[in-house]
Amino acid sequence: MSNKTAGINRHRSFSLARVFAITTNTLTELTRLKVFYILLIFALLLIGSSVFMARLTFQQEFQILKDVSLGAMSIFTSLLAIIATARLIPQDIEDRTVYTILAKPVPRFEYIVGKLTGVLLLLSISMLVMSAMFLAVLYLREQTVLHETLRQMSAAPREQIDDALRAIRSSALNIDILPGIVIIYLKACLLAALTLFVSTFATTNIFTIVVMVVIYFIGHLQATAREYWLQEHSTGWMTRAFLALVALIFPDLQTFNLVDDIVVGAAIPLGLVAKTVVLGVFYTTIYTFLAAFVFYGKEL
Amino acid sequence: MMRFVCRAAALRRPVLVIAMVLAFGVMKLPTERALFVQHRQLHFRDVEFNLDLREKIGQLGFIAALSGFRSIVADALYIQAHVAWERTEWGRVLLLFRQITTLQPRAILFWDMAAWHMAWNASVAAMNDQTQPRLALRVKAQREYFALGKDFLERGIKNNPEKPQLYDALARLYKEKYEDHASAFEFYAKAAVLPGAWSYEKRFAAYELSYCEGREREAYERLRQLYDAGKNERLPTLITRLKFLEQKLNIPNEQRIPENAH
Repeated sequence: MSNKTAGINRHRSFSLARVFAITTNTLTELTRLKVFYILLIFALLLIGSSVFMARLTFQQEFQILKDVSLGAMSIFTSLLAIIATARLIPQDIEDRTVYTILAKPVPRFEYIVGKLTGVLLLLSISMLVMSAMFLAVLYLREQTVLHETLRQMSAAPREQIDDALRAIRSSALNIDILPGIVIIYLKACLLAALTLFVSTFATTNIFTIVVMVVIYFIGHLQATAREYWLQEHSTGWMTRAFLALVALIFPDLQTFNLVDDIVVGAAIPLGLVAKTVVLGVFYTTIYTFLAAFVFYGKEL
Repeated sequence: MMRFVCRAAALRRPVLVIAMVLAFGVMKLPTERALFVQHRQLHFRDVEFNLDLREKIGQLGFIAALSGFRSIVADALYIQAHVAWERTEWGRVLLLFRQITTLQPRAILFWDMAAWHMAWNASVAAMNDQTQPRLALRVKAQREYFALGKDFLERGIKNNPEKPQLYDALARLYKEKYEDHASAFEFYAKAAVLPGAWSYEKRFAAYELSYCEGREREAYERLRQLYDAGKNERLPTLITRLKFLEQKLNIPNEQRIPENAH
């Protein structure tokens, strides 16, 4: 009896080990779905675009390479975040895995956090591989162009060579690409957390995906609605109420859309990156808590 | 704690969730607005999504641009423009570059390429147009393409006032297409003072000034200053223009550069 009591006392209300177990399980499950084939498509896209880019100048080539790669990363991670997360809870309910897990002393909050962390890990791996491929291609192309330029300009004055090399370096690999990649990842994390929240009250994963697609589009327009709501006072109350709802309910996804400006060489201040990261983490945390809150009340 | 809150709110859960979402919405509003203002200050999100843009890029392009894939849509249009250029479909090139520059107003490359296609390629094609027998009309068409190129560069500068490349391109256009040396000087000089400018901008500005009637003294002083700056600046064109101005301004022999200067 005393042993049993001691066992109950030892049970922690939150255990990282339990979360870790659910996380690794989720990751294994997702990996078995062959989601990493998306990386193959990404690699093919990089190779395919470089075939066309052989006809362009180096500025055009680098800009299109960056646009296509970062854009593809954004599309693939967002899709992966939504589709992989949407099926987590419905699938577990269908397979009855959720009953096996929750029948044990595993709080629902841990289950939710574990599931989400599994998806976030999957997104991190995908992002790392895609970034490595993209940066490697960009670096190799930069080196090739630098060598070609040096060879062609071997007789030119030092000053002209320096100018040419500076132009190549400034249009190829620059440090601002890294915060761009981090922000793409954060946007995917936010979408994963929001999908998890929607899936806690959705009945099917198709419904979750459709709702998320709608949220994705509205999220990119949220800033327009918000600014109109806060600045324009001549509109009717119905319109204002609708705009207020859009501004309050939906996340501002345009905030995480710095890539369009990074690829054209805009410098992103560190403060802006930090604020965006904080907002992204804040969104993800809140949506995870909301998901856990709804999941606690869910009849299983 | 979480469990207690959840049990207490079991019946009112949906209402509570909506209230929490709205409360979270109010909490996030100041940060979102601060970031929006900062983006505007940095000229991010400068694209106005309106009916004009919708008409220009079509429904699918508009949806893609709205979903945060503005730069990819611009690239796809750029590839189309490249193909149109290879087929010498100048009207289509113009239309596509208008769409591209509307979508990516901060991309120097697009403004520069648009202007180059109009002022250099399309204008030459118009002048050599075999289907138009009247020279006056060919010249008129050529002038119109110059103006289109100039318009792209001027709008590009308005969107990117801190970038020297477009000032340089506009100066080149004034110099080569309009033979307007005063304007060419003005834009080379503007490019020269901006960060990241090419090292030749100052020199080119002085060359252009040396062709401007009535401004020879100013041009001479600028060229002389460059000559005195060191061997790197003593290029053949600089020495030729300097000698020409010394002659024209009757500079005393002892102040002139050596005859065999290099």
